[in-house]
Amino acid sequence: MVIKFLSELKKGQKGQIESFTDYDLSLKLLEMGCIPGELVEVIRIAPLGDPIAISVAGYMLSLRKGEAATVRIKVS
Amino acid sequence: MVKKIKIALIGNPNSGKSSVFNALTGLSQKVANFPGVTVEKKVGFCSLRDKFNNEVYAEIIDLPGTYSLYPKSPEERIPFQLLCDPQNEAHPDLTIVVADGTNFKRNLFLCSQIVDLKIPVILVINMMDIVRFKKVVIDFEKLEERLGIPIVAMNARRNEGIKELKAAITKPFPPPINDFINIHQFAPEVIDTIRQTVNVKSNYNAFLVANNLDLISNFEIPEFKREKIRAVCSQYEFNQQQMQAKETLERYKVISSIINDHIISPDNPVQKSWSYKIDSVLTHRVWGYFIFLVVLFLIFQAIFAWATYPMDLIDSAFMWISVEVKNSLPPGLLNDLLVNGILAGLNGIVVFVPQIALLFFFIGVLEDTGYMSRVSFLMDRLMRKFGLNGKSLIPLISGVACAVPAIMSARTIQNWKERLITIMVTPLMSCSARLPVYTLLIALIIPAEYVYGVNLQGLVLMMMYLIGFFAAISVAWVMKHMIKSKEKSYFVMELPMYRVPRWSTIGIHITSKVRVFLFDAGKVIVSISIILWVLSSFGPSGEFDRIEEKYMAETYTQSMPKEEIDRHVQSEKLESSYAGHLGHIIEPAIRPLGYDWKIGIALITSFAAREVFVGTMSTIYSVGDEKSSKMTVKEKMRSEINPITGGPRYTFAVGISLMLFYAFAMQCISTIAVVFRETRNIRYPLFQILYMSVMAYLASLIAYQLLK
Repeated sequence: MVIKFLSELKKGQKGQIESFTDYDLSLKLLEMGCIPGELVEVIRIAPLGDPIAISVAGYMLSLRKGEAATVRIKVS
Repeated sequence: MVKKIKIALIGNPNSGKSSVFNALTGLSQKVANFPGVTVEKKVGFCSLRDKFNNEVYAEIIDLPGTYSLYPKSPEERIPFQLLCDPQNEAHPDLTIVVADGTNFKRNLFLCSQIVDLKIPVILVINMMDIVRFKKVVIDFEKLEERLGIPIVAMNARRNEGIKELKAAITKPFPPPINDFINIHQFAPEVIDTIRQTVNVKSNYNAFLVANNLDLISNFEIPEFKREKIRAVCSQYEFNQQQMQAKETLERYKVISSIINDHIISPDNPVQKSWSYKIDSVLTHRVWGYFIFLVVLFLIFQAIFAWATYPMDLIDSAFMWISVEVKNSLPPGLLNDLLVNGILAGLNGIVVFVPQIALLFFFIGVLEDTGYMSRVSFLMDRLMRKFGLNGKSLIPLISGVACAVPAIMSARTIQNWKERLITIMVTPLMSCSARLPVYTLLIALIIPAEYVYGVNLQGLVLMMMYLIGFFAAISVAWVMKHMIKSKEKSYFVMELPMYRVPRWSTIGIHITSKVRVFLFDAGKVIVSISIILWVLSSFGPSGEFDRIEEKYMAETYTQSMPKEEIDRHVQSEKLESSYAGHLGHIIEPAIRPLGYDWKIGIALITSFAAREVFVGTMSTIYSVGDEKSSKMTVKEKMRSEINPITGGPRYTFAVGISLMLFYAFAMQCISTIAVVFRETRNIRYPLFQILYMSVMAYLASLIAYQLLK
């Protein structure tokens, strides 16, 4: 079990949301269904390397790398 | 007895809320603004019968899509204010929450908040076709029981479940009894005090009031009560962020257990979905951008090629009416006003309709299929380099239709600096009002030929749009370095599943946009046409008489045929009319751009709205000529001679210079007004007028001097 930032995950890598480092952004992510314990997977990275698209709570969410860097992920 | 009820329709973005709204209200929709803000308020009506055959008349408000009741943008403040302030005149008797059944977890979150507000709720679980396709099984009976609210399963696109929803509306609707979560435990003192102070229906409502203290200034309550609420919040150190996080986590805990108990969902990995496969192509690092360009190219080719047929029809219809009116009414001022003032102005409006409808059609399709958000995803990195946001692309592309709604749609950008830059540069995108100007000028100076199967005129048109786009991002880049801001920029956005567009939704959208254009812009254009007719038909006292006297002299009557004398009289009259004087005043300033005083008149009148250009042209040139009412504007302009060169007035250089002027100049009162409303600071629209005018003048000057 390793803790990584969501921004460090490669395409196809999965993990569980562990915690957030940015309070404002976490509120936004929480109400969009990104809650601790939720399974996420990086499913696409935009051609220019940023933003990324993840699958969470049964849908696709896109966010910037910088934003993904505020989400800690438990990778098994 | 007619029972009147107010219903608010609320749901996540992409939940199919507008399909439900359209299915309920059809064409009885009205678009207005919420008082005090520029958020579009869509209201529709629906007349139903309950089981005793009594009439139930429902007024339905379509609230802006939102993920929660916590407002993060002006748009999302609307649901909060309507639902949390029982004194608000639009406070609903019943809410219909539309939830995307394939995304139930996140969609139930908003519903749970409304349940706790204790406002009567009907939950619509939409997109049942995909739910079934994904083999998700929902135990509706148990779910209804657990949530304590009626649930209707729908596939609103196919009107499936609409009968059941209408039946549910006519039934008595008590407020929900069950608490979804126990909110009281989080802040008992604050909640109790607020409930004693103001008339709110629930603990959760009180909690939300405490959590959005800055918004209660809009509530219909006396100031001392507001003070009391603020005091108790600070006394018990009510921490808004912490409370919101706690509430959110608690809600999702309950939602997870509900979904566990009542929904069986097989594993549906995103990678297996159609959307994922389509995305592999549409967001591909090469094909993605290539396809986007092709899509834009096709849109502009289509608009140019398809719209010409109905436009020619409209033109000839108006010409026929003009001739009929002219011949059937006695000659004189009234006849002239009708034909050259009002009819010419009306023609200038109606002729836009095909192009505007086509444009809104394409934008509607791009949005409705889910492609537009992919474009944002593809472009965010690039746009950020220019101080914009991937989401800026939607305002910029909508700006191709009209800057006014486009600037309003910039509200989805949370970051103020990025939003401001988007607002400042959006008017540079070539809006549909420029389209007739371009169309007319391109038809004058570019031959209607095909090169390698590409319509040359369409190609030039596309270039004009590209020029607008590149101007917009260049200015954005400059502004990025001018505006200082420390605020963080967000790009958290749902990528919805690809769907087949809902043609009826797009149809209703087009109808309402065209209606707004015809009536709102139409009023301006017709009044300007009439003012223009007055300005060009009358002049300072005595001047018209002097001209007539001059040509009565024998030198003229003997040497020239009557028709030619008439033409000389008319054109000298126009020149000495009020409009002619105005044009002459600005002529020295615009001569270096290749324009004469007649074009000067058009520039002055287009300050209010660009599309007036075409109407002005047709008014100016019909005043001068008897035969002209039988010619189209294009023909009139083509036959116009430049007295200095003896060649045609509208040369290639003049045409390009004029198009560039219209591409860059801020000639739209409505845009100026909306920029002011959105930025709440007069400096921004003023700066915008200034920088755009300078750009327009310089670009036209350089182009004309190089090309002439």
